Amino acid sequence: MNSPSSSIEDTQQFDATSNLRLARPVIELEDVRKIYRSGSLSVEALRGIALSIGQGEYVAVMGPSGSGKSTLMHIIGCLDVVSTGRYRLAGEDVEVMDEEQLADVRNRRIGFVFQQFNLLPSMTAQRNVELPLVYAGVERAERRARATAALERVGMGERLEHRPGELSGGQQQKVAIARALVTDPALVLADEPTGNLDSASSADILDVFDELHRSDRTVVLITHEAEVASRAERVVRMRDGVIVTETPVAAGPGDSR
Amino acid sequence: MNLGETLRTGLEAIRSHRMRSGLTVLGILIGIAAVIMTVGLGEGAQSKVSSEISSLGTNLLTVSPGSSTSSSGIRGGFGSSNTLTLQDAEALTSKEVAPDVAAVAPTTSDSEVLTAGNNNWTTTVVGSKPDWLSVRDRTVTDGRFIDNEDVTDHTDVVVLAPDTAEELFGFEDPVGQSVDIAGVPMTVIGELNSVSGSSSSSSSSSTTEDQDDEAIVPISTAADQLFGGTSRDSVQDILIEATSGSTLSAAYQEVDDELLMLHHITTPADADFTIATQQQLLSTATSVDKTLTVLLAGIAAISLLVGGIGVMNIMLVSVTERVREIGLRKALGATPKLIRRQFLVESSVLGLSGGILGAGLGIVGTQVLPGLVNQPMSLSPAATVGAIVIAMAIGLGFGVYPATRAARLAPIDALRTE
Repeated sequence: MNSPSSSIEDTQQFDATSNLRLARPVIELEDVRKIYRSGSLSVEALRGIALSIGQGEYVAVMGPSGSGKSTLMHIIGCLDVVSTGRYRLAGEDVEVMDEEQLADVRNRRIGFVFQQFNLLPSMTAQRNVELPLVYAGVERAERRARATAALERVGMGERLEHRPGELSGGQQQKVAIARALVTDPALVLADEPTGNLDSASSADILDVFDELHRSDRTVVLITHEAEVASRAERVVRMRDGVIVTETPVAAGPGDSR
Repeated sequence: MNLGETLRTGLEAIRSHRMRSGLTVLGILIGIAAVIMTVGLGEGAQSKVSSEISSLGTNLLTVSPGSSTSSSGIRGGFGSSNTLTLQDAEALTSKEVAPDVAAVAPTTSDSEVLTAGNNNWTTTVVGSKPDWLSVRDRTVTDGRFIDNEDVTDHTDVVVLAPDTAEELFGFEDPVGQSVDIAGVPMTVIGELNSVSGSSSSSSSSSTTEDQDDEAIVPISTAADQLFGGTSRDSVQDILIEATSGSTLSAAYQEVDDELLMLHHITTPADADFTIATQQQLLSTATSVDKTLTVLLAGIAAISLLVGGIGVMNIMLVSVTERVREIGLRKALGATPKLIRRQFLVESSVLGLSGGILGAGLGIVGTQVLPGLVNQPMSLSPAATVGAIVIAMAIGLGFGVYPATRAARLAPIDALRTE
């Protein structure tokens, strides 16, 4: 809600040329490669990615299955580590961090929204949203207040005490977004957030992302749907572990798959 | 994340797997209850035996004639010879000779037929002196015991144990009545207390002959009128009571020295008498029971170990089942340390609750079981507290490996698992 932003950037929020706005990149990838080895078999999922995403940008990553977009997302989200290459998040080198530091980065800087929602079924919506704050060491009363505020922000203020099983898919995803927002991260990552939702819920969720973007958060999302991608400022297309094109939005026929 | 939060998370996880957690707790519970009950059974048996032995009289030395071995290789006639005499017993009452001896009771005994009216009853008739009462740790509930005058005057009087009195006189008051012993009429002057309570019949060994069925007469009367024998001065045993438990060995030495001197024996190995202490009987009996206790506790400990492996198994299953949850928690910023701690809390809560419930069952068992199996059990607080601590340690110990495994999971691998 108060990520560092300059007034210059604010004026450029919906500028189609914002992919040129690289003065203070949040994400910098240089020649990133990821090789999965299993026995003698090794698969290169990323073959030299160079990507820079600036503060406040709204980027959609598209590409067919196996193009490496999920791997890229996991590396950006510090859930996975690079094999070679360099990844700097908000100016800090990630590949040299140990487990404790990575946990801290995931906790404070990144909000991750999954296709599968990944809510803990035994906990209420509010407890689910509180979880990152628990790991951040925030004390209970403040935690509750912040979780409530985050849920209200995504329009779930009336369902604090509901468990995930009692919520629809769209509602669950909103809770998951609230959880991603509650630590006030600069970067919100979403891996096909609307992949499991009907079109009405999808539109709802995308509105929430638009709103996040308007409040100057960096948003990166993976999608198959051109309609989703069209809401972003920039579309990154991947194929076979490399970035094929980076186009400002207004792009034509997206990958339907 | 503080400990309270970790505990809360652990409890939440346990609650969401009620059946599985319940079965794990049950495994520990049975192990702990088994340990407490077997230790209780062993200790109960020990204290029963020791109370039976000490009911014969405390700080007691028994001098018997004959020796078990002799230097010439010929076994002395144990009990058959008449090497102990009233004079020996008399000498031991001297405070100068044996300052640590409190009471001396020479005894002779034989089985005789007692007749009162139309009833007759065969029992052990013991000839002794007034000190018998204190040496044997008995009291007279009715009338009086034999006194020194009875002994010097060779009075025809008898003191009956309660069961003997009941056999002869039913519920009538025996005191003042007459009873024939081996055809000699005697007057009943008193009745002894009952010692054996309910456990008299069960496991009485030769050392604990039924003490509620006997008749005591003055030793002089017994020698004159009842038993006869080759020497009127010889006695079968001399029962000696030391002044206290701590002076027992001193008393032993004094009695040994004095009797060797009186019998003109120079080498102790040639002694024509044997001195036995209650302690010797006691230690033999309790060591047998101790072996049994160790054996039983060993079996119980194995069941506890099996319970511990159960905890480990459940925790491993729990880790495997919750890989996604662990991945998610890590993605939200949980450090490996926190994940490990969460699983450790979970497993030690399982162990601890199994321990507490098991201790509860064990305590109930030690109260209820003795009535059902007619065996005394005692509750050992040390074993109870120890068992609870062990249960928690088992939970913790066997939880380390699964917890470490959970902590090591890479977040993305964990999240990918279906």
